[in-house]
Amino acid sequence: MKIAVCVKRVPDMDVRFKIAANGASVDEAGLKFDMNDFDSWAVEAALQIKDKDAATEVVVISLGPDAVQETIRKALAMGADRGVELKTDHIPFDGFAIARALASELQGGGYDLILFGKQSADSSNGVVGAMVGELLGLPVVTAISKLDISGSTGTAKREIEGGQEFVEFPLPAVLTIDQGLNTARYPALKGIMAAKKKPLEVKPAQLGDQTVTVSRMELPPERAAGRIIGEGAAAVPELVRLLQTEAKVL
Amino acid sequence: MANILAFAETRGGELRKIALEAVTAARTLADTIGGQVHAFVAGAPGIAKAAQQLGEYGADVVVVVEHAALEKYNPEAIAATVAARVQGGDYRAVIFPTSALGSDLAPRVAAKLGVGLVTDVTDIQVEGDALVVRHPVNIGKVVATVRITSKPALVGIRANTFTPKQSPRTATVEQMQPASDPAASRVVVKEVKLGSGTKLDLGEAPVIVSGGRGLKAAENFKLVEDLAAAFGNAAVGATRAVTDDGWRSHSDQIGQTGRLVSPQLYVAVGISGAIQHLAGMRTSKTIVAINKDKEAPIFKVADYGIVGDLFEIVPALTAAVKEAKARG
Repeated sequence: MKIAVCVKRVPDMDVRFKIAANGASVDEAGLKFDMNDFDSWAVEAALQIKDKDAATEVVVISLGPDAVQETIRKALAMGADRGVELKTDHIPFDGFAIARALASELQGGGYDLILFGKQSADSSNGVVGAMVGELLGLPVVTAISKLDISGSTGTAKREIEGGQEFVEFPLPAVLTIDQGLNTARYPALKGIMAAKKKPLEVKPAQLGDQTVTVSRMELPPERAAGRIIGEGAAAVPELVRLLQTEAKVL
Repeated sequence: MANILAFAETRGGELRKIALEAVTAARTLADTIGGQVHAFVAGAPGIAKAAQQLGEYGADVVVVVEHAALEKYNPEAIAATVAARVQGGDYRAVIFPTSALGSDLAPRVAAKLGVGLVTDVTDIQVEGDALVVRHPVNIGKVVATVRITSKPALVGIRANTFTPKQSPRTATVEQMQPASDPAASRVVVKEVKLGSGTKLDLGEAPVIVSGGRGLKAAENFKLVEDLAAAFGNAAVGATRAVTDDGWRSHSDQIGQTGRLVSPQLYVAVGISGAIQHLAGMRTSKTIVAINKDKEAPIFKVADYGIVGDLFEIVPALTAAVKEAKARG
C-alpha cells in the first residue's frame, strides 16, 4: 500500500494573538508552531496501516515556507518514510489554490490512500482534502472517526448532527480525519534520529491564481468581564432571576 | 441579472433549520444585487413539498431533484447536480450550510467549478465584484475579513448566525434530473444511525448544558441531562477530557477539535475552561458557569458564575428552572 498524508504547520493556539502591521495577518513573532492536530491523526492512521503491513510506504507532504520541514521531520520521526515540501513564501488562505498545488504533486503518484486532517486550526476552512479528491477524480470521504480497510474497499464512520453515518468506498480514495479515530504517537528518540536521514524533497508549489484573499484580520470584541454572582445553592434564585430578567433566556 | 443559489439541506424528508438560514442569507444578498433566490433541494420522491416553505423564506425558484437513491446523502450525485445547475445558470454566489453534510458537499462543488469557497462565515457583504465575508480563524481568537473574487463565489454559513426571516412568495418549482446516476456513486452512505428523534442537535439547540471533569464520573452526567430536560429546549455537550475518557461520545465534544456552538444560553457544569473548550463556545450569547474553583478560567467568560459544589447547585438549579417553566 502507498499512502500520502498532507500536513499543515500551524501556530500553537494557546496564546493571545496580535495582528501584524499589515492588518491582514497574525504577528508571528514569538509564536510556536507544530503539526495541526487533525493532521497528526491522519499521520497516525497511515502509520497504523504500516504497522500491520511493513511494505506500506507513507509519504508526508506539506505546503509552505522552509519552516514546514520541521513539521515534515516530525511525521518522519513518528515513522513516515519520506517527505515532500511544496515550497511557497507563505501559506495562502485560498483552499482551492492549495488543493491545486497538492493535486499536481499527488497526480500519478500511485497512492492507494491520500489522507488529510479535516481542517486546520488556523484557517479553519476545512476544504482542501475534498477539493484534492475532486481534482484527482477520486472517491472522497470527509471527517471520518472510524476506518476499516479490507482489500480494495474501505468503510468509515462520520459523525453527523445527532448521529453517525456509515460510508463504504473503493480504493484509491481521499479521506479527511476527524477527532476520535486515534491518538497520535509521540516520536521516539530512535525515530527522531532516523528521521534526520530520511529523504525530504523540496519542490516549488504550483498554486496558480488565487480568488480568495484575506483583506483584514482583527481581534473579536472581548466578552464583558466575567461575574461571579454567588456561592453554593443559595445563589440559584439570583441566577434564575438574572436569566429571566437580564439575559431573558428563561 | 445574477442570482443566488441556496442549498437547502433536508433530513428525513424535512428541511433543516439551517436550510432556512441559507435561504434567508441568500435573500438578503439577492436583494442587495437585485437578483433572485434559487433554492436547491434534493431527496427521495416527495421532497418537492419543501418548496412551499422555501418560498415563505424568500426563494423565487425551487430546484427540486427527486430520486429514490437520494433518500440518504449521496455526495457524488448531489455535488455533480449542484455543479451542473450552477454551470447552467447565472449565479453570483452559492450558499451552503456549514454542517456535516454542507462541509462535505461545498468543497466538492467548488473544485468541480474551479472557484473560491469560504466556510463557516458569520457575515456576507457585496463590495464591487467581490463577495466579502467574515470568517473566524485561529480557533475564534481572530476574525478574518475575506474577499472572494471568483464568479460564482461559494460560501458556507455558520449555523445559528443568519436568523431565518420570512419573505413570503410563491416559488416556481423546477424539476431537475440528477447530473450523475445516484446508483453509480462510488461513495455510498450505507447506514445512518440517529439518536432519539426528540434529541436536539448541539448546532441548533437554543440552550446547551455541558459537563466536564468536575462531574467526577460518567454516571453523574445524569445531573447535566436533568438540567437540560428542565430547560426543555436544551442539548447536552461535553469537554474533550470527558469524551477522551469515554464518558460521552466524541460527537458531544464542544471545542477546538469538536463542535463550535453559539447558543442563546450555555451552562458549563464542572468545566474549568481550557482554551480548547472556550474556542468552541465563547460566542454563546449568555454563559453560566458552575465550578468549585473560583480561579477557574471559565469564570472569566461567564456572564453569571456560581462558585461551589455542583452536586448541590445543579439539582437546585434544575428544580428552580422547572418551577420557572411551570409558572411560564
